[in-house]
Amino acid sequence: MCRIGAIKSLNYVHPSQALLLMQSQQKGHDNSGFAMVMHDLGGIFESYKHLPTLSLACTDEGLKVAEDILHAAGFSRVLQWVPETNDQPGLDINAMPNYVFETFDYPKHYRKAEQKEKEELLLDMRLKLRRALEKDEMGFVYSFWPDVVTLKEIGDPRDIGTYFNLWEPDNKFTARVITAQCRQNTNYDIVRYAAHPFFLQGYTALANGENTFYLKNVEAQRKMHRGYIGFESDSQCFLYTLHYVHRELGWPLRYYKHVITPLPFEDIERREDKDQLLAIRQSLAHLEINGPNTIIGVLPDNTLFTCCDAKKLRPVVVGRSADTVVISSEVCGINEVLPDRDWETDIYPHEREIVAVDSNLEVQRWRQ
Amino acid sequence: METMKVQNVTPNDLPWKIRYDASRCTLCGSCVAACSFRAIEPKVERRRMVFSESEFPEPKQRFSAVPVIRQAHSIKNYCRGCGICEKVCPNDAIGPQRNIDTRHPIVTRCLGGDSIKRGGRKNLEATTRTLDKLRVGRISQMTDPSLDAQRHTFDLLAPFGRILPPKKLPFGVGPEGLLESKDQAPPVRWIYPVIIGDMSIGALSWRMWEAVAMATAYLNEECGLPVRMCSGEGGMPVRLLKSRYLKYMILQIASGHFGWNRIAKAMPHMTEDPAGVLIKIGQGAKPGDGGLLMAQKVAEHIQSIRGVPKADLLSPPNHQGLYSIEESVQKMFLSFNAAFKFRVPVAIKVAASATSVSVFNNLVRDPYNIVGGFFLDGIDGGTGAAHEVSLDHTGHPIVSKLRDCYLAAVTQGRQGQIPLWAAGGLGKTGDLAADAFKMMCLGANGVFTGKLILQMAGCVGNDMGRCNACNTGLCPVGITTQEPALVHRLDPEKVAQNIVNYFLAMDQEFKKLMAPIGNSSLPVGRSDALISTDKAVAERLQIQYVC
Repeated sequence: MCRIGAIKSLNYVHPSQALLLMQSQQKGHDNSGFAMVMHDLGGIFESYKHLPTLSLACTDEGLKVAEDILHAAGFSRVLQWVPETNDQPGLDINAMPNYVFETFDYPKHYRKAEQKEKEELLLDMRLKLRRALEKDEMGFVYSFWPDVVTLKEIGDPRDIGTYFNLWEPDNKFTARVITAQCRQNTNYDIVRYAAHPFFLQGYTALANGENTFYLKNVEAQRKMHRGYIGFESDSQCFLYTLHYVHRELGWPLRYYKHVITPLPFEDIERREDKDQLLAIRQSLAHLEINGPNTIIGVLPDNTLFTCCDAKKLRPVVVGRSADTVVISSEVCGINEVLPDRDWETDIYPHEREIVAVDSNLEVQRWRQ
Repeated sequence: METMKVQNVTPNDLPWKIRYDASRCTLCGSCVAACSFRAIEPKVERRRMVFSESEFPEPKQRFSAVPVIRQAHSIKNYCRGCGICEKVCPNDAIGPQRNIDTRHPIVTRCLGGDSIKRGGRKNLEATTRTLDKLRVGRISQMTDPSLDAQRHTFDLLAPFGRILPPKKLPFGVGPEGLLESKDQAPPVRWIYPVIIGDMSIGALSWRMWEAVAMATAYLNEECGLPVRMCSGEGGMPVRLLKSRYLKYMILQIASGHFGWNRIAKAMPHMTEDPAGVLIKIGQGAKPGDGGLLMAQKVAEHIQSIRGVPKADLLSPPNHQGLYSIEESVQKMFLSFNAAFKFRVPVAIKVAASATSVSVFNNLVRDPYNIVGGFFLDGIDGGTGAAHEVSLDHTGHPIVSKLRDCYLAAVTQGRQGQIPLWAAGGLGKTGDLAADAFKMMCLGANGVFTGKLILQMAGCVGNDMGRCNACNTGLCPVGITTQEPALVHRLDPEKVAQNIVNYFLAMDQEFKKLMAPIGNSSLPVGRSDALISTDKAVAERLQIQYVC
């Protein structure tokens, strides 16, 4: 079973906090990997929030191919940050030769373009890079988006932390929202892309659990959007559904739950909005999920949320202090990060509920 | 002595021979009275008995006339093997036996100069069915725990009606951040995933039809299962059209348009909308052939409901005057949709055939959003009457064709937009829940069944040529006849009870199948839940092969 966690704070937080959050839950995962997505970046990226940052793990050749493609498309590099790695012997890590975080300026003719247009360009570029680097596993492009970086690695999370010097907090590499998971994929092939969290156009999702409607979801999603690719893990479907419902259909977040875990017909009949709920249930039947799972997600405006399957078969807890909210599979993770909080205010989300945390750390709970 | 003519028909030429043991027979006459085909008759035989009365043999002979039962030597009154004689015989003195040397297909055509017509089923290929080569192989375990069939709740409903793609939903976001409907959407009814298939009030006896309607109402109103029943071609009693029970009925319009005059006239008096309208283009059991109601079955009430004289009634193979999918079907859909003011879903039923995917592909484009369902009927379905040659030799099995249609929808990203309903031999082995479940995994939203309903009522026919006399009007158990004496053999209350009980058992079985794969709603499209030990089947249906 996976263990997942997320931190959202008014202050910039270092990834060491995410490692701590996950470490205390290590009996619940198998130490086979560590992955995280950071939104709302601080440190060296703080001044470049409006420009897209590429998160790439690659070979030397892969780096050249990627940069050539971006330059050919008119992107110009404004910042490159290569984390200092600590390649000491004995570390359990299956590292790529290069980890590159590069911030680019848009091509000239895009600089005055609509936001939406830029967002489509960034997606197309990422897809293009991914296709180009797939050959001989030259590289893995995790995200190419403003104010977001992604790190994924195979190995023991503690050693991965050591390798990237993530145990020592500093103020160079920080973010206000960090989501993390400590495990490689187990359902399908072990590939770097398969590790949670998954990212698409400002949306991040990670999950603890299974998606028994994986095949149905995949068959439907493949045709829905060009960005819905890969499907290395059944949990990727949760991200794509989130993206589809919130961005493509433009529906408020609360309807995400109505899509993935629709209310039973009996309950729908009793609702005032039954026409809408029934229409959602029937039109989006192929995006329903039936497996046991807990999902944590981040929206482009950095809203953090969590929800569970319809029967609440996977655990999740939300803990809060004045300036930080932590979501974790197990409460011990929160204890590690927020030892002094009032644990009586912890939220154990209901099976028919979305708990959402906005940028002012206001917590909203929507009963489905 | 009469000259023996070797061309004469004898029981040895017929498909069934009567086994008769005169020593056990008490001559009660029950068998002769019960045989609706007049395939057995009383006869007097002249018997010679040799006897001796003295101490030493002094053979004498005595002749006597002995009444016995014998099989009719007639191609018209041949034994169908229904076994009613055996059922009614108190002494086990009589019963039919299959004659493997039958010359029936030849002599019948030779003597009659006409093709053989038969009701019931196709009688070829009694091999293992494809569905029996599939198993539910994905059993949820520790990571994706199975559900508890007794404790958890399940949603066992299937859509009937046109389902809009998400981007076409007429929604806007209101001031409070809630979705609001801005426009009307096509009608969709969520109903039980097993529809009672289309069997007309002419094909069935009035008691049988009434029993099915009664069972449907009971299932809805007492058991909470929203089961729908299809009327079949031929209309229905006006009293029912005007009643509140109409909401459980799907009105069928087939190519003969029988009974629609009365339906149209009853429209202003309807207090409820019907559950739907089903336009029958074709049927699996006789694809490309018209439906046939023999004159023998056109009783007075059928004449009055359909507005026809007592004559053979043929529903043409297709709606005459409809020559292309694009124009004609849409035109029909529009008119029926409009008749009920777009409140009632309108679906289409076609025969599984090499071309049915093309029809489906045409329909899924559906620019008017009016195609409320695609019903697909396979060759293993039953029928009231057909020429034997079409019954046995035309048509397409349902499983792969349903799968093809579903995958065609997947390829276009339109799965579920026109609900797929499939039938044709489902429940043949008696386990409808298993068959329906597998069909859903392969992509069906629901299934419909007719023949199995007859089995529930006590039909004695089978796929190996037993009985299959639905066309004769002589159904020995009163299911497919309008002969008053035969109809009275059927106990409608008992039939309704059997149907209700079967559905309740099936409902439980659905849950028992859904629970282990971790599903609380129907497993539509979950082909990953199926496995096959047959490589060819696995490849053809694109499911996992196991060995």
